[in-house]
Amino acid sequence: MSMAPTSESPLARAALITVALVFLGFFLLLPLLAVFSEALRQGAGPFLDALHTPDALAAIRLTLLIAAISVPLNMVFGVAASWAITKFQFPGKALLITLIDLPFSVSPVVSGLIFVLLFGANGLFGAWLAEHDLKIIFAVPGIVLATVFITFPFVARELIPLMLEQGKDDEEAAISLGANGWQTFWHVTLPNIRWGLLYGVLLCNARAMGEFGAVSVVSGHIRGETNTMPLHVEILYNEYDFVGAFAVASLLALLALVTLIAKTVLEWRFGLHAGARH
Amino acid sequence: MIHLRGITKRFGDYPALHGIDLDVAPGEFIALLGPSGSGKTTLLRIIAGLEFQDSGTVLLGGEDVSSLPVAQRHVGFVFQHYALFRHMTVADNVAFGLSVRRGKDRLPKAARHARAEELLRLVQLEGLGSRYPGQLSGGQRQRVALARALAIEPRLLLLDEPFGALDAKVRKDLRRWLRDLHKQMGLTSIFVTHDQEEALELADRVVVMNQGRIEQIGAPDAVYMNPETPFVSHFVGETNRLPVPGTAAGSEIHFRPHEITLAPDGAEALLVDNVFRKGAVWRAEGLLEGSGQFVELDLPSSGEAPRLGQTIRFNPHRARMFNANGDQTQGETR
Ligand SMILES: Nc1ncnc2c1ncn2[C@@H]1O[C@H](COP(=O)(O)OP(=O)(O)O)[C@@H](O)[C@H]1O
Ligand SMILES: [Mg+2]
Repeated sequence: MSMAPTSESPLARAALITVALVFLGFFLLLPLLAVFSEALRQGAGPFLDALHTPDALAAIRLTLLIAAISVPLNMVFGVAASWAITKFQFPGKALLITLIDLPFSVSPVVSGLIFVLLFGANGLFGAWLAEHDLKIIFAVPGIVLATVFITFPFVARELIPLMLEQGKDDEEAAISLGANGWQTFWHVTLPNIRWGLLYGVLLCNARAMGEFGAVSVVSGHIRGETNTMPLHVEILYNEYDFVGAFAVASLLALLALVTLIAKTVLEWRFGLHAGARH
Repeated sequence: MIHLRGITKRFGDYPALHGIDLDVAPGEFIALLGPSGSGKTTLLRIIAGLEFQDSGTVLLGGEDVSSLPVAQRHVGFVFQHYALFRHMTVADNVAFGLSVRRGKDRLPKAARHARAEELLRLVQLEGLGSRYPGQLSGGQRQRVALARALAIEPRLLLLDEPFGALDAKVRKDLRRWLRDLHKQMGLTSIFVTHDQEEALELADRVVVMNQGRIEQIGAPDAVYMNPETPFVSHFVGETNRLPVPGTAAGSEIHFRPHEITLAPDGAEALLVDNVFRKGAVWRAEGLLEGSGQFVELDLPSSGEAPRLGQTIRFNPHRARMFNANGDQTQGETR
């Protein structure tokens, strides 16, 4: 980049860069290192043992299950919402755009409470659910619902700016050549958005596995049954099992690192630009 | 071939087209000419079925297609920015319309590729089938878009600003090439342009549009020589406009820079304040004595260049008069 007319003196620039690096190191790098060093404080043996307890394994399995359900769902929802918003005019469009951002703008705890109010024992549908012997709150369906809600925006927020920028020309060209809606989506739209979609899915997955607040409210913290990895970490920590807590936490940290690396590779390789990132 | 009757279209409160009537004969090459925002693209999209009129009818080949979607109208549409599928090879782009066919119309893969090759030969891009659109020049992309549109054997070809995104030299070559292609294929075609030179050079007939209305339809020569409205007179070719003394306010006479005869006792006198060579003629600009109107004149470059400060006396030998409503009150010579 050339020197902008407003560029700072070299001294100020160095100071700014130093501040940014120190800040990053202190708030991001140091905690990350602390997680791994705490986890491995007593060596690799206790670390692996802590991951091998039935409760830890159950938490890992549950987290993978939740992600395996909610990420594909949000991939479909996100693509459908972005497609509708960017390619069509319809009444209620502005409302839909606002609603997509809702999960980002309310506290996750409140999101969880909404589901308790709807499906809990004293909730709106509570009596009906109890009658039919269906359990949502304090069970896996509740955790899935909360996770889907929380992670809904990631794919849509990634795709909407991209699809707006690409416009409708390619789709119109495909239709004018005789393609039907599905062929147009599959052969034209999807290839045009695939890297943005992958990026959104990556972020969605990271959040689905890492979500604490909303899941904590609906889960009920039943060991071996409704504890996800973040909830399991909290329980172990409160029981002063630091090696165990940090061992599971290090898996989550690892997931974060893998996500960051994949994201960087995507950006570098395909020149995805910043915009609507969270 | 095409009959449009009373086509209107609004975008919200904005009236984009008011009652368009147009008839196109089979095999004709038509230019929709007008300034930006005059509704050319909207009209083209309505003919294609990419947009729907609020009222009026569209007949293609005698069939009322007013409410048929684009997929069922069988028209080839070339988009202003080509809209090539960037992740497909050039050959796959061209064959796209064939490969999405289903049922008995579906050609085997080999036949589709042979057809794509044939079309690439037609647009002089033989051997580039395995490239990607990103590896082609603007002019080449334009021709791929054309080949792709022709692949479905459309009954009509619609082109939106086909040369708009190209530089001057490529534009000119492609223009001539497109005219030859049209002669060779005889496919009824409509292209949109805001460049009058392009319209006059290529089209059998020019449709001049302004603010959602058709101002004039005619052969290029007729539109240029006998503009029927002040807008056409001004927009197609260069025109000098003079208020007419002793008539109702707003009346004007229009004459082109070359529609003059030099005469020592001429009725008008131009005080030259700028002179330059414009191709084969001298262009002299300046204000008229008396009225103070700005006027441009073309003088034969076989003679001496006019000098700055010189006074040129002349008579317009061919002019058109329009009243304040834009109606032509007196045509032709005077
Ligand atoms: N989809 C649309 N929504 C709102 N206004 C539009 C739309 N398409 C075109 N217009 C308006 O209609 C007018 C005519 O547009 P267009 O047909 O594109 O003109 P042209 O192709 O002659 O430049 C313009 O004022 C444009 O802003
Ligand atoms: Mg246009």
